Amino acid sequence: MSEPKTLFEKIWHNHVIRQFGGDRFLIHVDRHLVNEATSRFAFEGLKQRGLAPKCREATFGVIDHDLSTRPGRQWDSYEPAKERIGAMQENCRAAGIELIDIHDARQGIVHVIAPEMGLTLPGSTIACGDSHTATSGGLGAWAWGVGTTEIERLLATQSLIVRKPKTMRVTFIGERHPGISAKDLILYFIGQHGVTVGSGHAVEYAGPAIRALPVEGRFTICNMSIEFGARSGLIAPDDAAIEYLAGRAYAPKGAMWDLAVADWRGLPSDEDARFDREIEIDCAAIKPQVTWGTSPQDVIAIDEPIPAPDGVASERREPMARSLDYMGLQPGMVLEGLPIDFAFIGSCTNSRLSDLEIAAGIVRGRKVPEGVTAIVVPGSTPVKRAAEEAGLDKVFTEAGFEWRESGCSMCQTLGGDMVPPGKRSISTTNRNFENRQGAKARTHLASPAMVAAAAISGCITDIRKLDIRKPGI
Amino acid sequence: MESFTILDGIAAPLLKSNIDTGVIIALRFLRSRATDLGAGLFADWRYTADGAEIPEFVLNRPRYRESRILIAGANFGCGSSREAAVWALLRFGIRCVIAPSFGEIFYDNACENGLLPIMLPEDLVGRLVARVETAGEPRLTVDLECCKITAPAGAQIAFEVPEERRAALLAGLDETSLILQHEGEIDAYRARAAAARPWLYGKLG
Ligand code: SF4
Repeated sequence: MSEPKTLFEKIWHNHVIRQFGGDRFLIHVDRHLVNEATSRFAFEGLKQRGLAPKCREATFGVIDHDLSTRPGRQWDSYEPAKERIGAMQENCRAAGIELIDIHDARQGIVHVIAPEMGLTLPGSTIACGDSHTATSGGLGAWAWGVGTTEIERLLATQSLIVRKPKTMRVTFIGERHPGISAKDLILYFIGQHGVTVGSGHAVEYAGPAIRALPVEGRFTICNMSIEFGARSGLIAPDDAAIEYLAGRAYAPKGAMWDLAVADWRGLPSDEDARFDREIEIDCAAIKPQVTWGTSPQDVIAIDEPIPAPDGVASERREPMARSLDYMGLQPGMVLEGLPIDFAFIGSCTNSRLSDLEIAAGIVRGRKVPEGVTAIVVPGSTPVKRAAEEAGLDKVFTEAGFEWRESGCSMCQTLGGDMVPPGKRSISTTNRNFENRQGAKARTHLASPAMVAAAAISGCITDIRKLDIRKPGI
Repeated sequence: MESFTILDGIAAPLLKSNIDTGVIIALRFLRSRATDLGAGLFADWRYTADGAEIPEFVLNRPRYRESRILIAGANFGCGSSREAAVWALLRFGIRCVIAPSFGEIFYDNACENGLLPIMLPEDLVGRLVARVETAGEPRLTVDLECCKITAPAGAQIAFEVPEERRAALLAGLDETSLILQHEGEIDAYRARAAAARPWLYGKLG
């Protein structure tokens, strides 16, 4: 019998090419996803070295960050972005890399379409020049974000030198209350343990509440791993994950599929595997979460008051005071009832069909009040199509939402969508940093249900008090 | 990449924690090749909306304008993976950041671009800042050969950098060239892996 191993350790073990000194290893990367926002200088660097991509068949280009999401958008619809989009198209062409271009039926946010296309497979390694790459961990892949120099390195060598991370398991026990989604779980965890607890760790999310989550909710959880410092987050593949992948374009087929599934069944952490750190979260304690500050750890339940800076550890005091000032809030306030100007449903955290269904369930038959701008941006063109087939676009537009083409949109500002200075936004995204949604924009992170409820109420609202036919989660 | 051996320079204290890469360099500076990233460094803190300098910001104060070293709060460089955060610091002239902890991606990006990230315990960082702020000239010497910082008035602080990183920084050797020396091993691995897990390699689908 070999030593018991964690899910992460099994994948690690399968991907070590060689050891350099100390804890640094050369790791093979099975899938390399390239986006227009971070890859440009990498392609140039590769050219300067006189090299071609080592594994074209394992490298895929995606355009998502800079792309306009306005209906009828073209590559050059948003003037400031067209230089980079044009460069991306040209770089992929010249390098012979498959590009999921803007009119491709598979187009979307890279972390949404990688699983959708079946590029994400359990037990594989995935790297992308974007910090939310861990999203693919929802299917049991070890996926992490890299910088531009590493993109160039991946193009040249299909491998990276990686320090072996420690292992951490976050076990979610207990049952979620109705209306509590994956987003609430992960926000709550970050609120309890802070934005650095995962540093240096590969995190596995486990426990009955994780197993009970649909695969799309698992993506939401893994997506936010980087928000507490973990570069990667994984969930063991199970029947639901395998079912999700069956028939996807780039997933194996036929006899190869059976072979793969047999292998995936062996991936979950061995029962007696040891983790360097274990944390347990009781889901029964989790209420709808909303951030009040400018860090994802600045989060409270909808019925809790904003904490006072003098009540917390000294190193959190100064950032807290600064956050409150930026957000235009006071300690002791509750967020319920706070008027909002923008409501944004989208991003690689919460823009999948199930997210839109939940939001539509709340929005149906209601109206966005005057003065509130509400936007839905599906995470991919396939999500958009599926939502339209189900009539969700009508539900949103009849309520006064804008219904957009897929892309990163108002998660940041590259594609031209932004929240004006001083305006308050509630958003299903993953980062409430200063200026993230626009210069001086004030962002509250929350679940799709909470954002939908705020959009139609005009203020931050406790979904548990809304008369919702069925939150549907 | 430029090698890093000994750096003697002005050190600026910026003791906020969780300074994210979006604050270090805002997205609007990343669109075009032509942009001077150094001018964009900490732009939202350095300039008002109409471009005027904010005189109180540390890098605008005459004493710290020529800084080569930054002493920052915990979790420096968290957030987005944008490597331009490192490039912006380098273009400004910063070659070393001292902090209690770093965003992991930032840390790697820094090492790979010849910017030395030094992790020191929070109390040592605090003491270093106290020395820098009270010194006639806020100057530090960072010696990567013997892993020591010399503060004003001669006090020395030892630090640690993973040996491989240290060697690469000292030699100015970029990692891609290092990996390419082992290309045969990569190919051998790929053949082995394709035999063990054929669905992951070759033609997909
Ligand atoms: S949606 Fe936001 S977080 Fe996700 S990849 Fe796009 S910009 Fe990054």
